[in-house]
Amino acid sequence: MRKLKDNLLLTLLWFAAFLTVAVLVTIVGYIFYKGMGLISFNFIFGDYSPSGDGGIWPMVVTTIYTIAISLIIATPVGILAAVYLQEYAKQGKLVRLIRFATESLTGIPSIIYGLFGAVFFVTTLKLGMSIISASLTLTIIVLPVIIRTTEESLKTVPRTYREGSLALGTTKLQTLYKVILPSAMPGILSGLILSMGRIIGESAAIFLTAGTVAAMPSSIFSSARTLTVHSFLVTQEAGDIELAAAIGIVLIVIILILNFSATFISKKLNKADY
Amino acid sequence: MNTTFVERKQITEEITADNTQLSKQTKISVKDLNLFYGDKQALYDVSINIKEKEVTALIGPSGCGKSTFLRTLNRMNDLIDSVKINGEIIIDGDDIYRSNDVIKLRTKVGMVFQKPNLFPMSIYDNVAYGPRMQGIKNKSKLNKIVEESLRGAAIWDEVKDRLKSSALGLSGGQQQRVCIARAIAMKPDIILMDEPTSALDPISTLKVEELITTMKNDYTIVIVTHNMQQAARVSDRTAFFLSGEIIEFDETSKIFSMPNDQRTEDYVTGRFG
Repeated sequence: MRKLKDNLLLTLLWFAAFLTVAVLVTIVGYIFYKGMGLISFNFIFGDYSPSGDGGIWPMVVTTIYTIAISLIIATPVGILAAVYLQEYAKQGKLVRLIRFATESLTGIPSIIYGLFGAVFFVTTLKLGMSIISASLTLTIIVLPVIIRTTEESLKTVPRTYREGSLALGTTKLQTLYKVILPSAMPGILSGLILSMGRIIGESAAIFLTAGTVAAMPSSIFSSARTLTVHSFLVTQEAGDIELAAAIGIVLIVIILILNFSATFISKKLNKADY
Repeated sequence: MNTTFVERKQITEEITADNTQLSKQTKISVKDLNLFYGDKQALYDVSINIKEKEVTALIGPSGCGKSTFLRTLNRMNDLIDSVKINGEIIIDGDDIYRSNDVIKLRTKVGMVFQKPNLFPMSIYDNVAYGPRMQGIKNKSKLNKIVEESLRGAAIWDEVKDRLKSSALGLSGGQQQRVCIARAIAMKPDIILMDEPTSALDPISTLKVEELITTMKNDYTIVIVTHNMQQAARVSDRTAFFLSGEIIEFDETSKIFSMPNDQRTEDYVTGRFG
């Protein structure tokens, strides 16, 4: 009887794992099947033309801009905030409140952030529909993610490291910089990878803050269209599933490249941590 | 044993009187030290004079305050917000809780912890960590400090060919000796050891104990231990802690052969604890 139960559970586990992989393979497979026909050098690196035979290079550039700018702002702010909360702040009501706030912020639908960005960055700060408005909005979206994951990885650094370092007559800052942050680095980087995923996958908030101009952005203050927004629009307006799928392929490849390079950098940084 | 308790006490007093004459200088002088974790008092009026270049063992049952006391000597308790301390601890004439230079104190008073706590770096970088943080950058100077420290901790021969490989690849006993080397690298006067062999196997324990007995020529050592035989083997003097108080502090041989206090005797003979 127990044996039977055991087998039953094993089958269930196996089935769940199979289902997960199957869904992934089906989606990716479908996208590649539908879109692969359109992928060519000209499609990726060519300029956009409304007639439909052009490329998506302006959107690729816009996407990379938004990722870069959001992360350049969000990474230092997020890490410093987490370090403050975890290492310096007196653990009291205020810190608990801040923590609760960051936790709640991760759960808010991105369209709400988009509306806020449209009102605050676009209108009040007069940044207009632009890459910078979108990037600032995205910064707010990923900040809680970076803060949470950094805090969690700082928590996993053994207390004995801190004590060992401080007992050698080092300052708190030296201990933080030389021992704690390097040990927490893998966790921090996985938080950054997660954030990159959120930025790339975001469409609603960008739609409301960067607009939909389908042209090469002349600066970060121009309105532009990211790949996800483009993908949404071509599906919505033209019903062009093949084109949307082809954009999907490009997005998947960008995510893979970014993930691999982040893991690579993480390994490089942790040379000492064999 | 036919001697009565009173007779034994007399003998003890005579021997103590003898020893005060050839005693060494006091390195650490603690007077009426009280320590609180929030509202809970953990140390009660602890007073003790620790002599230089000797091994002083702190023994007592779990939770008696011996580790807490040890950690007051290099102000490691400062890391805990709720700790309050009064009384005085004088090291080389300075009241360490009055003068605010914790960094200087901790370079003078090194510490070895219960479990080896090497950083995830190479053996070399671990030992050079403290000196580097003090601003020593000169390569040959660092090389010299690392070699001397590792020799001082009797581990040089075992690791000299793998200084650049991870310290975490060493065995527990080797790691603990590298921890001792890391402490030595700061050229401290005093080394505190918080149950340094509790996580080690018997052979590694023996090596660390041998090391401690040779180290007392150069350092004042204060060691917390659960292991009564260890206290007897390595220390010159022993303080017996119970519920946050020092019950008895005397030469180790006396504590283990004819203690003054009944509670000490009960503890060292294994009747409780």
